[in-house]
Amino acid sequence: MRTRFFPILVGFCGIVMLLRLFSLQILSDEYGDLSLKNSVLKQYVYPERGYMFDRNGKLLVSNQPMYDLMVVPKNLRPFDTLDLCTMLRLTKQELNVKIAKAKRYSMRAPSVLLNQISKQDYAALQEKMWKFPGMYIQRKSVRAYQTDVASNILGYISEVNYFDMETNPYYKRGELIGRQGIEKTYEEILRGKKGVTYLQRDKFSRIIGPYKEQKLDTLPTPAQDITLSIDIDLQEYGTKLLANKRGGILAIEPSTGEILMSVSTPTYAPNLLVGRERSENFNLLKQDTLNRYLFDRSLQGQYPPGSPFKVLNALVALEEGVITPKATFTCYSGHFYARNQFMECKCKPGSKNNLDRGIHNSCNTYFSNVYRRIIDKDNNAPEGINTWHDHLRSFGLGNYLGYDHPVGQSGYVPNANFYNLWYPNQRWRGATTVSNAIGQGEILMTPIQLANVAATIANRGFYYTPHFVKGIQGDFIAPQYKTKQYTTISDEHFIPVVEGMANVVKKGTARIAAIRGIEVCGKTGTIENFTKIKGVRTQLTDHSMFIAFAPKDDPKIAIAVIVENGYWGGRWAAPIASLVIEKYLKGEVKRTWLEKRMINGSLEAEYAKVTSNEPFEINE
Amino acid sequence: MNKLARFDWYSLLLYVVLVGIGLVNIYSALYNANDNSIALSYMQKQFISFGLGIALILIIQFFDTKFFERYASIVYLFSVLSLLGLWVFGTEVSGAQSWYSIGGFSLQPSEFAKVAVALALAKHLGDFNTQIDRKRDYIGAFVLLGIPGILTLLQPDAGTALVLFGFFFVLHAEGLPSFFLLGLVSFFVLFILTLFVGVYWALVTVVLSGCLYVALQSKRKRKKAIFPTLVAVLFFGGFTYSSSYIFEEIFEQRHRDRFNILLGKEVDAQGIGYNINQSQIAIGSGRFSGKGFLEGTQTKGGFVPEQQTDYIYTTVGEEWGFVGTFVVLVLFIALILRIVRLAYKQKTTFARVFCLGFACTLFIHVAINLGMVVGLVPTIGIPLPLMSYGGSSLLAFSIFLGIYLRITYQRIA
Repeated sequence: MRTRFFPILVGFCGIVMLLRLFSLQILSDEYGDLSLKNSVLKQYVYPERGYMFDRNGKLLVSNQPMYDLMVVPKNLRPFDTLDLCTMLRLTKQELNVKIAKAKRYSMRAPSVLLNQISKQDYAALQEKMWKFPGMYIQRKSVRAYQTDVASNILGYISEVNYFDMETNPYYKRGELIGRQGIEKTYEEILRGKKGVTYLQRDKFSRIIGPYKEQKLDTLPTPAQDITLSIDIDLQEYGTKLLANKRGGILAIEPSTGEILMSVSTPTYAPNLLVGRERSENFNLLKQDTLNRYLFDRSLQGQYPPGSPFKVLNALVALEEGVITPKATFTCYSGHFYARNQFMECKCKPGSKNNLDRGIHNSCNTYFSNVYRRIIDKDNNAPEGINTWHDHLRSFGLGNYLGYDHPVGQSGYVPNANFYNLWYPNQRWRGATTVSNAIGQGEILMTPIQLANVAATIANRGFYYTPHFVKGIQGDFIAPQYKTKQYTTISDEHFIPVVEGMANVVKKGTARIAAIRGIEVCGKTGTIENFTKIKGVRTQLTDHSMFIAFAPKDDPKIAIAVIVENGYWGGRWAAPIASLVIEKYLKGEVKRTWLEKRMINGSLEAEYAKVTSNEPFEINE
Repeated sequence: MNKLARFDWYSLLLYVVLVGIGLVNIYSALYNANDNSIALSYMQKQFISFGLGIALILIIQFFDTKFFERYASIVYLFSVLSLLGLWVFGTEVSGAQSWYSIGGFSLQPSEFAKVAVALALAKHLGDFNTQIDRKRDYIGAFVLLGIPGILTLLQPDAGTALVLFGFFFVLHAEGLPSFFLLGLVSFFVLFILTLFVGVYWALVTVVLSGCLYVALQSKRKRKKAIFPTLVAVLFFGGFTYSSSYIFEEIFEQRHRDRFNILLGKEVDAQGIGYNINQSQIAIGSGRFSGKGFLEGTQTKGGFVPEQQTDYIYTTVGEEWGFVGTFVVLVLFIALILRIVRLAYKQKTTFARVFCLGFACTLFIHVAINLGMVVGLVPTIGIPLPLMSYGGSSLLAFSIFLGIYLRITYQRIA
């Protein structure tokens, strides 16, 4: 027994040791990660974010260096706080709060003391950095906008949040992501793909060389530049014209579907969302619920389309064969569409209107009759309205158009189900829903849908899905933007409608939109609208609306303009559209008097009525 | 049987392989891609030690077997003197005055003292008049162990003192009353128990086990057993109480920390727990097959302190994985068991005790070093035999092996 004791002890210890090694090296898998964390530094190499150009090659968005003041609290020594505070325009309390925050985060790891210091402040600060031990400056790249407009199109970038990192493991803390606009849609193209370098670190965290002979390293994939379809001069001009007014302009090149401009006012300069004041500015913009700076009226604004919708009704009626261009209806400054229900019209009593006169005089009576003929075609209102609905859907109404911008609204086109819910037992007919005839009923459209309708009519029956990008690194664009989308309306029916629209400008409601030497086709709209003030439904001054395309033959531009509470269409929207068309087609504007009136005209007084807490008059 | 076949080639081969593995890993632990001069100079020194070791083994083979028994006392005396001399001529390295510096080389006499103690103990037990279960003789053996033990403990070099403690296994195997080993184990268990559950629960355990012991006796013997048990309970109770006192008052904070880390009471991966944490990361991250020679990230980054000496096993673990650690462990166990096997084939008590002393020394070294590296034993500075960087240790074990080979050659069956 005595002689056995020692060998047994040796064996026993051997087995204990073996079990321990087995659990350390085979069973537990935490140590591999720990050793990597310890000794391998994973460094990302970021490609420079892609630039954006306008359709004429003008640089819109580039990058600029910004500087973060970093602090490692453990290395801090007493320093001249007053000097630092004056340079950075901080109070001592603010500085102390920031340092305390950094200490709470980590004593050894660096944290940002003050982010996004401008180039000017950096120059001053850099000279004196030696006075502030424990602090250093870290360079980073942020966006630089070469324009003061188009913030609604370009969007902005911001640091990734927890949710971004959860949904896309590509992103790591502190990285930037396109948050809105083109920056968001084309994030992966503008971003490129970061590369990785692995470095071997020693116990003092010094880099002692590459890890595994750089076999695991990857090179960054460079970002690509994007050429936008917008014309920045036009965008600027449109923004100027809409100054002090709330509204939107959206213009499309009909032959390609390229969006030439997308103005929404009031707007903000994109550079406001760069730099240290970013979050402050962002909150100001976001919290303004009256001006709604971050709301893109040209893409997100849903309005009843008003009279421009009449041309769509005309097209549907022609296609359905319920009218001919020559058929006339008599208007008595309006008409009774049901017992005691009179719809007013601006025509002289007794005017006989055919399609052409109906359009250019914007006759409500004419289009009410046309609409009722469509809906009650087979004395079956649900079927009639569904047919009408399907035709409209083929113009992209009631749905997102599929353009390359993350914001938008679908608008709305009612169908039979909708009215069946409102009026059970099918107790409804064309006359019941007659407001749709003049674009005032349940229909909602966004300016981009209106502009797209104008482009479709300009193309006489088809459209390309509107898009903001002309080319990615050259001229590549996604194939869906090169496919013609045909409507359900035959080509020949567009001819009389286009004539009517041409006469709107020649002798109808938008004579002010006429441009010397260019045949403009358009349609005005004057849109009744309501809001709730303290829970009471209150009518406001009508919206001014205009859609147009020009020239009549071989159209180069299709446009929709809405000026909120601008009263009638010819008052604001038509002149603005006309000026934009003139600027785009001729390069310069001759009608400076009109231009001046538009630029200087303000509707602020009109908007102030809503919040004035006093009774007010509308349409004055 | 032919002359050469009687030589224990097997142990010699294990020795060469282990030293070889050691050299490879020392190189890896010191390797620096940017400036490799340090690694090369260390390698040079270790190669010289290895060469000297082989030379010593060879020279020893020409000695007469009787020589070792005859001069054991003188060697022992010389060794004790060399330990005493440290107080006068020694140089201090990291807090312990346990080195002689001669020219560029430094020698650690405590390493050689182990050989001397093994020789002296073998001679003491091999004496015709010695019977280890006799009080006079085992006290004599204790004195032989105690003198160098106390001297090394005072340097302070707890590691060597602990290794000398290991000779108790030899004495036990040779017939020392089991009472001593049992007592030692009880002390150890009680000490750990006290640290774990606190003084009062440990006292309760002592009293309860005393009662249990009495209760388990047959009726006839019970009365007789009460008094000795009472004495034992009082004695162990006193020890329990004092162990807490020793721990809290005599131990320094760093010693307490080492225990606390092991008991899982404190984890401070940056401070006192750094060594053990980093060495476990190194070994654990090697997984099954390791990261490859010169590919260990922990090793390259120098995260494990003293990696070429006491922590050499972490390099094996990281770069060669479980395969490497397993092989090294098996090689050591094979060598120890081989020595034990041959020990019992020896005809003289002197030869047997010396061989067992060698096996025991190896075992304590390996068990404590590996246990420390994987976090089973508190941090005690003790090198891994044959593999750790260090000339004294390698030379001492070479001499150990040389004498062992010489003795067993003579007496092999």
